[in-house]
Amino acid sequence: MAALSLGPVFFNWEPERWRDFHFRLADEAPIDTVYLGEVVCAKRTPFIAPHLDAVIERLKRAGKRVALSSLALIGNEREAALMRDLCAEGDLIVEANDIGLLRLLAGRPHRLGPFINIYNESTLAHFAARGAVGACLPPELPGSSIARLAAPAVIPLEIVAFGRLPLAISARCFHARAHRLHKDGCRFVCAQDPDGLVVRTLEGEPFLAINGLQTLSYTCVSLLGELHQLQRAGVAGFRLSPLATDMAAVARLFRDVLDRRIAAEEATGRLAGLVPETPLANGFLHGAEGRSRHRAELLGLE
Amino acid sequence: MEIVAPAGTPAAFRAALAAGADTVYVGFRDETNARNFPGLNFSAEELDQAIRAAHEQRRKVYVAVNTFPRAGAEATWHRAVDTAAALGADAVILADIGLMAYASRRHPELRLHLSVQAAASHADAVRFYAETFGIRRVVLPRVLTVEEIAALNAAVPIETEVFAFGGMCPMAEGRCSLSSYVTGRSPNMSGVCSPASHVRYERQGDALVSRLGGSVINRFGAEEAAGYPTLCKGRFIADGRASYLFEEPVSLNAAAILAELRAAGVAALKIEGRQRGRAYVAAIVAAYRGLIDTLMREGGVPRDTVAALDRLAEGQSETTGAYGRRWR
Repeated sequence: MAALSLGPVFFNWEPERWRDFHFRLADEAPIDTVYLGEVVCAKRTPFIAPHLDAVIERLKRAGKRVALSSLALIGNEREAALMRDLCAEGDLIVEANDIGLLRLLAGRPHRLGPFINIYNESTLAHFAARGAVGACLPPELPGSSIARLAAPAVIPLEIVAFGRLPLAISARCFHARAHRLHKDGCRFVCAQDPDGLVVRTLEGEPFLAINGLQTLSYTCVSLLGELHQLQRAGVAGFRLSPLATDMAAVARLFRDVLDRRIAAEEATGRLAGLVPETPLANGFLHGAEGRSRHRAELLGLE
Repeated sequence: MEIVAPAGTPAAFRAALAAGADTVYVGFRDETNARNFPGLNFSAEELDQAIRAAHEQRRKVYVAVNTFPRAGAEATWHRAVDTAAALGADAVILADIGLMAYASRRHPELRLHLSVQAAASHADAVRFYAETFGIRRVVLPRVLTVEEIAALNAAVPIETEVFAFGGMCPMAEGRCSLSSYVTGRSPNMSGVCSPASHVRYERQGDALVSRLGGSVINRFGAEEAAGYPTLCKGRFIADGRASYLFEEPVSLNAAAILAELRAAGVAALKIEGRQRGRAYVAAIVAAYRGLIDTLMREGGVPRDTVAALDRLAEGQSETTGAYGRRWR
């Protein structure tokens, strides 16, 4: 049976909001694994730190597995030191999002996040031989590649099935730049936008979303229609990437479709209602523009 | 410091050598390299001739096989590495871990360089690649400051190469799907960013509008020079204000900080632009040859050469980019 996971919160939410969000999901959401940790900006790491232990404890008590996600871009010694601390925690499995963590994790089980490039069988085999026990594939991979990687079941593979997709990471802070600030004096303006700041073209077309150093899709990926095909192709898990909506309701929709309690079409309609401002898309999976939307039956994985 | 010059054609290759490049880097005419543009790059025969010509002059040739092999089609990338090795390339520039595993196993004598697309942005990542695959040189991402480059050089056992001139990527390279989000084609998978096949220009009164995949990337007034609509160099609206949100349409030009880069321990300077013509390549390489020779002789670089380079830059505007902390 396919597992459902909750990805790390990419956005700079108020620490109490972040804590309560996870408390609520611990009680209410049919989710198997929860990924915690600051992925986007090292400057934000101190914010969730005071609540981390309580959240881990609450999730574990609710029967969830917990993993710690690393930063997506390690560019200096301070960030590397943070990652050494993360890997030294010991009892929780670490999800590496930058190649720089692999030496630290050598010889012990770890997972690979969607920021690590896995495009083909040889790369996946290499990581598995080094001790990776699971991986979340990069969002731009087409279904044909996913099927080839998942079929041999080398290690359990997960794909991002809901949320704004991470498209790029930089050392430059675009949120600060939008507010005519620099990264060093950013005033944490990213906290004003719990789903990221929508970027429009000069014609006013919503185009992308920025979140500090990260650029995300404007659209929200939804693979509800393709879940059964992907499951048959060997995909072991589906990741829901948090947005500022009722994520427990989102998780229930995915679980209900996986368990065939409701049809994908009906669930997709309800999902659209949970993110009313944000159009749904599935283009990458269909080998097309990531922002485009395609009919699930055209995927043709079977 | 070694000058590593680009060549997208045999003519540009000859021009780079004539202008004084120590090394020229090239790619095959297919999806195995990150400048997979129509009419560009080398056949095996052309590469054979290029390598012979370079070696006669005791110069070097690096072959970029720096896209990520597609699942089920890795043989195409394996062949590219095999051909480069068979023809005597001085190094191959790789980005994919599976391909590095193949190259280090199949061609243990072949020198491997780490492409900027492999996103090794810290000493820990560089050491991973060096220890695991015997990588001998890393091309650093264009997101590090000179200070960070110096710290990295002090901590890693291999050479570093940095971008000195040309296109300026504001994102960590090899980790960007902006192009495929809008056009379906990406640097990692297809070897193209913001491909010309998806570009349209249209007149709106006095203004010229550029589009990528149907979306407006920029709008130029009558007095503005119109540029190519590379996605991250566009003008967008955030928080109610239009701006070059990600990056201005500028070129990188590290000419003014060559002494700092040398002091930071950088072994080689890379000039971007395999898509450029031979006249451009010749001009940039000759200017950098003069700068490096002067730097080695006198310890500094002449301001007029730096200014001349600025005039060759994209949009006639240059930046030292992420090498300065203010860029962030």
